[in-house]
Amino acid sequence: MSSNPAIIETSRIDRRSSADARHDAWFRRLLKACALLVLAALLGAALSTLWGGREVLFGQGLHFLTSDAWNPVTDDYGALAPIFGTLVTSVVALVIAVPLSFGIALFLTEIAPTWLRGPVATAIELLASIPSIIYGMWGLFVFVPFMARIEPGLSATLGRIPLLGKLFDGPPIGLGLLTAGIVLAVMILPFICSVMREVFQTVPNRLKESSYALGSTTWEVVWDIVLPYTRSAVIGGIFLGLGRALGETMAVTFVLGNAYNITSSLLMPGTSISSSIANEFNEAVGTHRSALIALGFLLFVVTFVVLLISRLMLRQLARREGA
Amino acid sequence: MAVDIYVRRRAINVVAMLLSGLAAAAGLLFLVWILWITVKNGISALDLKLFTKITAYADQGGLANAIVGSLVMDMIALALCAPVGVLAGTFLAEYANRTKLGAVIRFLNDILLSAPSIVLGLFVYVIVVLPMSNLTHGSVSFSGLAGAIALALIGLPVIVRTTDEMLQLVPGTLREAALSLGVPQWKLTVQVLMRAAVSGIVTGVLLALARLAGETAPLLFTAFGNNFMAFHPLNKMESLPVAIYQYTNDPNPALHAIAWAGALLITLFVLLLSLCARWYLHRHKVTHD
Repeated sequence: MSSNPAIIETSRIDRRSSADARHDAWFRRLLKACALLVLAALLGAALSTLWGGREVLFGQGLHFLTSDAWNPVTDDYGALAPIFGTLVTSVVALVIAVPLSFGIALFLTEIAPTWLRGPVATAIELLASIPSIIYGMWGLFVFVPFMARIEPGLSATLGRIPLLGKLFDGPPIGLGLLTAGIVLAVMILPFICSVMREVFQTVPNRLKESSYALGSTTWEVVWDIVLPYTRSAVIGGIFLGLGRALGETMAVTFVLGNAYNITSSLLMPGTSISSSIANEFNEAVGTHRSALIALGFLLFVVTFVVLLISRLMLRQLARREGA
Repeated sequence: MAVDIYVRRRAINVVAMLLSGLAAAAGLLFLVWILWITVKNGISALDLKLFTKITAYADQGGLANAIVGSLVMDMIALALCAPVGVLAGTFLAEYANRTKLGAVIRFLNDILLSAPSIVLGLFVYVIVVLPMSNLTHGSVSFSGLAGAIALALIGLPVIVRTTDEMLQLVPGTLREAALSLGVPQWKLTVQVLMRAAVSGIVTGVLLALARLAGETAPLLFTAFGNNFMAFHPLNKMESLPVAIYQYTNDPNPALHAIAWAGALLITLFVLLLSLCARWYLHRHKVTHD
C-alpha cells in the first residue's frame, strides 16, 4: 500500500525503538525484583522467626526474657542464660580483639616495611575465610586442653585480685566462657582489623606529615591524629566485629560447655543463643522448638541493631571523605 | 626536665611499636597454629576410603556421601544466588545508584552480609521445610534443596556487593559512548558494562562459593544430614561441614580422625578458592584509563 520507502523506514525505526523501550522496561523490572529479594530475605528472616516463636514470645511474654529457667520437661523456658552467655563471650572477644586489631592495623599502615604489608594483610584476611567449623574443631581438640593447662595459673594469679578475681575463679576444665571468648576474638579479629586498616589509609597525608614535622613520634601521630580522624569508622568496625561475635555458632558450640547457668566466673561453662539452637533444635518438639526459634528472633533483632549502628558509623566517614 | 619528656615520649613510642609488632605476630601465630593443626591431623587421616565409602559405615567408612551432598548443594545454591545476585547488584549500580531505594537496599545488603547464618537457617526451616512437610504429609521435610536455599541466602549478599562495586568502577564514558550509538540500556548493561566488569563479577561468585561452602549452622535444620548416598535434592542430604560437626561431637577418636580429614578438605577448598579469586581479580584487573 504505502509505496514511499522513507515512510517504511521510519515506521520500522519506530517499531524498533518502541520494542527497545519495552525490553528496557522489562529488564529494569527484572533487576528491581532481584534487588527487592535482598529486602525480602531480611524481612522474611525477621518475620518467620517471629512467627515460628510466637507460641513462646506472645504466650510467655516478659517471662521468657527475664527467667533463667530452661526446662524442656516442664516446658518452662527463659532466655536469660543464653543471652548472658552470648553477651559475655562477645564482650570477652571484643576486649581481646580490639587492641589486637588496632595493633595489627597500626603495624600494617605505619610500621611494617612496604614489602611486608601485602603478605601480612592477606594472611590476616585469610583468618576470616577459615570456616567456623574449623575454629570449632581447633578450639575443642587443641585450644581447650591448652586452656585447661593455663587456667590453674590464671586462677592463682589473676584470681587473687579483689573483685576482678571473681572472673577467674572456677574449675580449670578448659571449656567455658573465657575459652569461647578467645576463639571468637580470633574469628572477629580480621573483620575489625581490615576496617581499621582501610580507614587508617584514608587519613590525608598532609595531616600526618604536619604532625611529624612538629616532632611527633609515630605513636603520637596515630593516637592524636589518625585515631581521632577515623573515630566513627573505627567504632563502626568494632560494632561489625560485635555483630559477628553475637551470631557466631559453630566455633562457640564446641567450647562453651552447653550448660544453662549464669555465673560470675569466666571459667565456668555456659551456653549462648546460637549454640542452644544448634545443639537442641533437631531434638526439640512443640514448645521447645518454638522457644528455640524465639531465641533466634532475639538474636536476629540484636545483631540487626548492632550491625545497623556499625553501618551508620562507617557511613559517617565515607560521607566526610566525599565532602 | 626537658630531656626527660623526650626520653619518655620516645620510650612510649618504642613500647607501642613493639606491642603492635607483637599483635601482628599473634595474629599470624593463630593462623599458622590453626592451619598447622588442620593439615597435620588431616593428612594423617587422609585415605582413599574417604572418597569411596559413605558415613553409614561410621569409623570403617568415609565421607563420600558428605562430599557429594556438599557439591550438589553448593552448586544449586550458586545457581540460585549467582544470577539473582548479579542482577540485583546491577540494579544498585546502574539503575538505583543515587536513589533512596538503592541506598536502603545497599545498606540492608551490607547487614545481610554479616547476619547470623543460624538465623537464616531457621528462616529457611520455617518457610521451606515446614510447608514442604505439610504439603507432602511428611514424606518430604528436610531436603538438600532447603539446604541449598539457606546457602544461597549466605552467598547472595557477597555477589550483590561485588557486582555493585565492580560496575561502579566501569567509567561513565563507556556508557555514554554506547548510549550515543542508540544501544538500548539493557543491551548496554549486558553486552558492554557486564563484559567490562566480568572479572570482578567472577571474583564475587568465587568468594560467595568460598563463603557458603564452609557453612554448617544453616544446614543443620534444613538439609539435616543423611548417612547414605543421596543425589536427589528433595532427599535429606549429608554435607561435609555437618558430617564434621557430628563426628567431632562423637566420643569415638576414630571418627575424630575422619572429621580432621574432612576439615582439611574443606579448608583447602575454601582457602584455595579465596586465594584464586584474589589472584584472578589481580591478574584481570582492567585499567580503564
